Amino acid sequence: HKLSVMAMSSAATTAPSVDKVDGFSRKSVRKARQKRAQSSSQFRSQDKPIELVQLPLLKDVSAQEQPELFLKKLQQCCTLFDFMETLSDLKMKEYKRSSLNELVDYVTLSRGYLTEQTYPEVVKMVSCNIFRTLPPSDSNEFDPEEDEPTLEASWPHLQLVYEFFIRFLESQEFQPSVAKKYIDQKFVLQLLELFDSEDPRERDCLKTVLHRIYGKFLGLRAFIRKQINNIFLCFVYETEHFNGVAELLEILGSIINGFALPLKAEHKQFLVKVLLPLHTVRSLSLFHAQLAYCIVQFLEKDPTLTEPVIRGLLKFWPKTCSQKEVMFLGELEEILDVIEPTQFVKIQELLFKQIARCVSSPHFQVAERALYYWNNEYIMSLIEENSSVILPIMFASLYRISKEHWNPAISALIYNVLKAFMEMNSALFDELAANYKSDRQRERKKDKEREDLWRKLEELELRRGVQNSDGVIPT
Amino acid sequence: ASGAQGPALVEGVGLGMAGADSDDSLYPIAVLIDELRNEDVQLRLNSIKKLSTIALALGVERTRTELLPFLTDTIYDEDEVLLALAEQLGNFTMLVGGPEYVHCLLPPLESLATVEETVVRDKAVESLRKISHEHSPVDLEVHFEPLVKRLASGDWFTSRTSACGLFSVCYPRVSSTVKAEIRQHFRTLCSDDTPMVRRAAASKLGEFAKVLELEYVKSDIISLFTALASDEQDSVRLLAVEAGVSIATLLPQEDLETLVMPTLRQAAEDKSWRVRYMVADKFSDLQKAVGPEITKNDLVPAFQNLLKDCEAEVRAAAANKVKEFCENLPEDSRETIIMTHILPCVKELVSDTNQHVKSALASVIMGLSTILGKDNTVEHLLPLFLAQLKDECPEVRLNIISNLDCVNEVIGIRQLSQSLLPAIVELAEDAKWRVRLAIIEYMPLLAGQLGVEFFDEKLNSLCMAWLVDHVYAIREAATCNLMKLVEKFGAEWAQNTIVPKVLGMANDPNYLHRMTTLFCINALSEVCGQEITTKHMLPVVFKMSNDQVANVRFNVAKSLQKIGPVLDSNCLQTEVKPVLEKLASDQDMDVKYFAQEAISVLSLA
Repeated sequence: HKLSVMAMSSAATTAPSVDKVDGFSRKSVRKARQKRAQSSSQFRSQDKPIELVQLPLLKDVSAQEQPELFLKKLQQCCTLFDFMETLSDLKMKEYKRSSLNELVDYVTLSRGYLTEQTYPEVVKMVSCNIFRTLPPSDSNEFDPEEDEPTLEASWPHLQLVYEFFIRFLESQEFQPSVAKKYIDQKFVLQLLELFDSEDPRERDCLKTVLHRIYGKFLGLRAFIRKQINNIFLCFVYETEHFNGVAELLEILGSIINGFALPLKAEHKQFLVKVLLPLHTVRSLSLFHAQLAYCIVQFLEKDPTLTEPVIRGLLKFWPKTCSQKEVMFLGELEEILDVIEPTQFVKIQELLFKQIARCVSSPHFQVAERALYYWNNEYIMSLIEENSSVILPIMFASLYRISKEHWNPAISALIYNVLKAFMEMNSALFDELAANYKSDRQRERKKDKEREDLWRKLEELELRRGVQNSDGVIPT
Repeated sequence: ASGAQGPALVEGVGLGMAGADSDDSLYPIAVLIDELRNEDVQLRLNSIKKLSTIALALGVERTRTELLPFLTDTIYDEDEVLLALAEQLGNFTMLVGGPEYVHCLLPPLESLATVEETVVRDKAVESLRKISHEHSPVDLEVHFEPLVKRLASGDWFTSRTSACGLFSVCYPRVSSTVKAEIRQHFRTLCSDDTPMVRRAAASKLGEFAKVLELEYVKSDIISLFTALASDEQDSVRLLAVEAGVSIATLLPQEDLETLVMPTLRQAAEDKSWRVRYMVADKFSDLQKAVGPEITKNDLVPAFQNLLKDCEAEVRAAAANKVKEFCENLPEDSRETIIMTHILPCVKELVSDTNQHVKSALASVIMGLSTILGKDNTVEHLLPLFLAQLKDECPEVRLNIISNLDCVNEVIGIRQLSQSLLPAIVELAEDAKWRVRLAIIEYMPLLAGQLGVEFFDEKLNSLCMAWLVDHVYAIREAATCNLMKLVEKFGAEWAQNTIVPKVLGMANDPNYLHRMTTLFCINALSEVCGQEITTKHMLPVVFKMSNDQVANVRFNVAKSLQKIGPVLDSNCLQTEVKPVLEKLASDQDMDVKYFAQEAISVLSLA
């Protein structure tokens, strides 16, 4: 299913005359002219103004009265305001804001406030405020790199609610054993859905909240991991749209860090079936750093995963997107930085076949990124140890490109690489250089044989077709 | 074609391939294996795409015993190769020996149906569905249904997702015991742990309901539908809406109220806008499925709410359905319902804050005039049309203009012409070239409806101005527009109004404008006929053959080639030929090329 109503071009946001000369304008320019977009689905229009009874300040009542007043304030803060309507209920909005501020201070500073009956009220207030259906994205083709995100209109309140909740979770008096009755699977599920918020400020708060919950509620850990799995799988295979991937990966980075050894099968499956396929997504650039960090964390935990990981990267290697290819090369270098020589040997052939293709890419940034490997001392030492395997794989590409590449900087880099190889293993180098021509000829011959074969097969098929239509074939 | 081809094909291998070496019949499979292992994906892909050729060469028996096992064992490749394989296997029945052997194709397709990548899996399911029909009832129970069961109880979500699409194809042709098992498996998947599988099940629920006996629709399907429609994930709930529509069509009228309406009502008020959007999007289908009574009592208020929804996406989806919904209202109360319930909402939408909502409305609102008739249109709709014609958003205006024909049938377009003209002029000069392009496309229609006088007076100058637009696509469309206008108004009109202006541009200092003259001549020569072409256009073309810009000169050659067929042979020989010959010896390579091409196409050599 696809929500395409909003896709209808941008013909709508006209700013006449300016665009006259050029029908195209950069999206960012166009956006800049608009007011910063705000949106909120939190509120369904309501005609009556909201009236809240002004309560005294917490600091103005006696210590015994405070807990009850605290509860009352929590209940009051469940009232929601319409922030799309900027002029309505101004006074009450301000009142709720100051109440929330008070609550933040109270949970930070007070002692002995957290009675059993406070927990459900806190969770209820937080749920009322933060759990909501996120509004539709402003445009269907929201490009997080280019477009300004739509900001949550009710942020003045929402921010304080998040802050309050984080302080609550971090409070010394906070007892997970009591809270787990209220902060349960359903709560976590709704929390995870909010990571799709377009507002980066909200995602940042959510990250802290989820991290705290993961840390304090051991019983929810497996559930949280499973639900993140589902979000990622849905993102990769169904929608390609989820705003909070980077934040979730950041949390996972520290979760992976804490995995016990030996790694459970569940965690390995997560690496191979969920994290690796994330590389296929179009918007990889938005979370690649966090993703690569997670991958490297896994490999540092368990080096035997190197082979499946590199095989996975090679399987998903970008075919048409050079920018992504550069990212892959960057990640591969991070992996090579920590690779064990015994693992390197297992994967080197496949790996260097790909690197040979990158080195000869007509896109100079791809070629350049691959050639930078030769500036990495550790990688160089691995190549040197295995030059008898790697040199024959690389040679043809390097040799051809050294003469053909359009970009002089690339030619210069290639020259250096060839020189390095020559110094490493001059006998093999000379042999490969001598055989270069005859090898190419052999390849061409093989190509021709293949063509001949297919032609023969097609002729055969054609002849059959004729026979069939003539009805010559005996039954 | 039939299974009888089989043996003959095997014999054919000998004929075709053997030659000197009798082992040549082994050649294809060896080659395929070699190619499948080739490092180059493109070569692997090529060989998979020619799989049928290979199977033909191998013959049915070796395809079954050697090729298919090989393919089943080597499924590990890149998704692109797997996709091609999944597609090929759907058309392989004859190549393995006909329906009798079709079950041989199941093992590789089963593996493909568990692959991670969605497109591959979907293709495998599509092929499995296709070949399921070629199974005999016995084979279906012995081979196909066990496969569905295995997939349905697979470990990883991918195989369970694939299973969802296979239940409905085997259900109708198996015994009642197996049917009961299938229903049980489907039930299990509807409450699967992963939302991906529940989504797959929800999206196949309607299809599955269609093949079930009515008693099971009532007992099984309704409870599954109710459960999915209140799933915790809105992505599941919204798929249930679509299923609800299909289910409603299957049930007798008296059961609708108790079995599906409570759930559908709840969906129309779901807290997630995505679900409400889905209800709005499927509204016409829903309306047809539940019939006139429920429409009157339930759907009318629900539709009003959707038109007033707090999310613009939902309002836009509902606005899109306004015309269809009104059209399908029961005839006896149609006008009353529209006038009292729908039109007030529509009026509000005309001044909606969201341009997509207004634009969705503008694309259908004109259709209401045929339903409401002349008087209502003039009194109630016309003010709305006029308001939308003045909307700040060009897309809204454009949508109104593009549907003028509906109103034209009811009240004539003249009533609108006052407001129409400023709207057209503004769109014609819009900063976005795509908007300008869109309005050009409606010019011939407008010209036809407004008549030649109105056109000459008000619109002609616009059409000529587009010819010198700075965007090529606009100039090209303007050229084509002229041709359509001439088709409408005739050659005489062309000669008096547009040909002189077009030819005048031949002297323009800008070579792009001079070329536009040539492009216009290309488009107009045929509709204007031989006389105008020879007498007025051709001399200009000849003159331009001396242009100092090579692009103009080679376009002269192209134009001559294009208009040649309109000219008489004498003119071609005595006038066109010398000019082309001169161009054929031009200094510029391209001019030479196109001149020579023209000479050979017009057979002037």
